[in-house]
Amino acid sequence: MSNSELQTVLELDQIIGGYGDTQILHGVSMRVDPGEIVVIIGPNGAGKSTAMKAVFGLLNLSGGKVRLNGEDITNMPPDQVVHHGVCYVPQTSNIFPSLTVEENLEMGAFVRTDDFRPRLQELYDIFPPLAEKRRQAAGTLSGGQRQMVAMAKAMMLEPQILLLDEPTAGLSPKYRGEIFAIVKTVNATGTPILMVEQNAKQALKIANRGYVLVDGKNKFEGSGHDLLEDAEVAEMFLGGGAPP
Amino acid sequence: MMEFINFYLIPGLVLGSIYALGAIGITLTFSILRFANFAHGETMLLGVYITYSLVQFSGVHPLIALPFGALLTVIVVLGIDRAFYKPFRNSPTIMVVIASFGMMLMVRSMVQFIWGVQLKGMTQGIQRPMIFFDSLRISPKHITIIGAAIVLMLAVHYLLSRTKIGKAMRAMSDSPELAKLTGIDTEKVVRMTWIVGGALATAAGVFLAIDTHIDTNMGFKMLLPMFAAAILGGIGRPFGAVAGGLVIGIVEEISSYPWIGVEPLLNPGYKAGVAFAIMIGMLLWRPSGLFKGKVF
Ligand SMILES: Nc1ncnc2c1ncn2[C@@H]1O[C@H](COP(=O)(O)OP(=O)(O)OP(=O)(O)O)[C@@H](O)[C@H]1O
Ligand SMILES: [Mg+2]
Repeated sequence: MSNSELQTVLELDQIIGGYGDTQILHGVSMRVDPGEIVVIIGPNGAGKSTAMKAVFGLLNLSGGKVRLNGEDITNMPPDQVVHHGVCYVPQTSNIFPSLTVEENLEMGAFVRTDDFRPRLQELYDIFPPLAEKRRQAAGTLSGGQRQMVAMAKAMMLEPQILLLDEPTAGLSPKYRGEIFAIVKTVNATGTPILMVEQNAKQALKIANRGYVLVDGKNKFEGSGHDLLEDAEVAEMFLGGGAPP
Repeated sequence: MMEFINFYLIPGLVLGSIYALGAIGITLTFSILRFANFAHGETMLLGVYITYSLVQFSGVHPLIALPFGALLTVIVVLGIDRAFYKPFRNSPTIMVVIASFGMMLMVRSMVQFIWGVQLKGMTQGIQRPMIFFDSLRISPKHITIIGAAIVLMLAVHYLLSRTKIGKAMRAMSDSPELAKLTGIDTEKVVRMTWIVGGALATAAGVFLAIDTHIDTNMGFKMLLPMFAAAILGGIGRPFGAVAGGLVIGIVEEISSYPWIGVEPLLNPGYKAGVAFAIMIGMLLWRPSGLFKGKVF
């Protein structure tokens, strides 16, 4: 493709795979285009986190392809995937608790060989509470601030795409709103985002597109707006009947 | 009082510094590579014998030979990691622990084969203690050992708190999975862990050899107190290991002070039991150690 602006950034093509002999994903496909926020929703155990791990080479895939800017990165080991500019915030244990906030961000920049300090400053501007607590052990922060550390750490690389697994899980509504606002801010700087979310309604509102995953298969897909309006999706995931 | 300081406390500090240096390697390997390295005492043994040969060969002071002895030991240790531990990197911990047990036996036998089993001395002659304030007697070798140990501990502190690779070591000790996902070169971190552990073990062994003598069981005899120090301080806490080493070294020495009456409180023959008792007590009372280390 000549115009890289139009090329799909990340593509999962009929992914089949799981843990050991247990197959969890039975042919999942999704893509993220430049500048998009794409949201994955679905019931617990649907394989949403597993789909993200598939991108990151944490799963042995028995079928399907993962492509980054058209390049095949299927089963590439995680550190290589990072080198290719994909950064990932896992659902759990996504910070180094005994390192300070600043050390966490420094580790996020591990693969960088240039001066990362300007980037550090940019991120402190996006996440002001972190600047204040830069010398504090990350494990001592509140849930919302830890999530900020996790996101900022993943963004130290100025990634080509950011994967977020339930960034608002367990947070108070105030922090939830803040995280969603930050996701939008980050996205506005040009970073495409693929995000798993339980707070489906809020997430779909800021999403360009969304996928509904059920039992390791694509169930629905569409624009954020369409999924919000869809009666069946609404009934299953958005807490109650079709919107008026 | 001065007798207590001169003959119990200062030797305790010296022994404690030696344990501390060895325990740093154990605690780092335990938290970063996630296994209890039974061969750590033999790394120390190997380091001592290599340094001994360098001293014999060149005639320099053991402290001058030490950096070179440490370097050669580290090279061997990295080779061992490559050949014996790397294939087990994703295996259950117990397999690696058993591999390290085998390595312990192999290294010791190899040392006995190459250098023989008779006692040797690292330094010749008897040193006269230096006397401070009329009554404080410290032998120069004890001053050297404590001083060098402090320098090495400061170097470890600098490495872990100021350098990129040192911070990555702490990160990997927090979470190896996240370290990988972050793009940290975990193999490089593993190599650095062996380098630090191997170099400090050599230093600890050479200090012990300077203080006492060299024999092929010294590594094994050090293993228990070093583990006890690492556990006392909390696994994954290098400064906990230092504190643990000092506590165990000092308690071992002062346990034979005649606290009650004129007889030693504990027959010096039971010294080794002190470390064991502290370790068991700690595991029962507070398995995370004094400095909140990891519990596996
Ligand atoms: N490391 C693992 N080993 C084996 N099975 C796993 C592992 N992680 C998840 N599973 C299983 O895979 C299935 C999908 O899990 P996954 O974490 O992808 O679900 P999810 O959609 O992210 O759910 P949630 O909303 O709870 O985060 C579940 O049945 C889960 O039990
Ligand atoms: Mg999940």
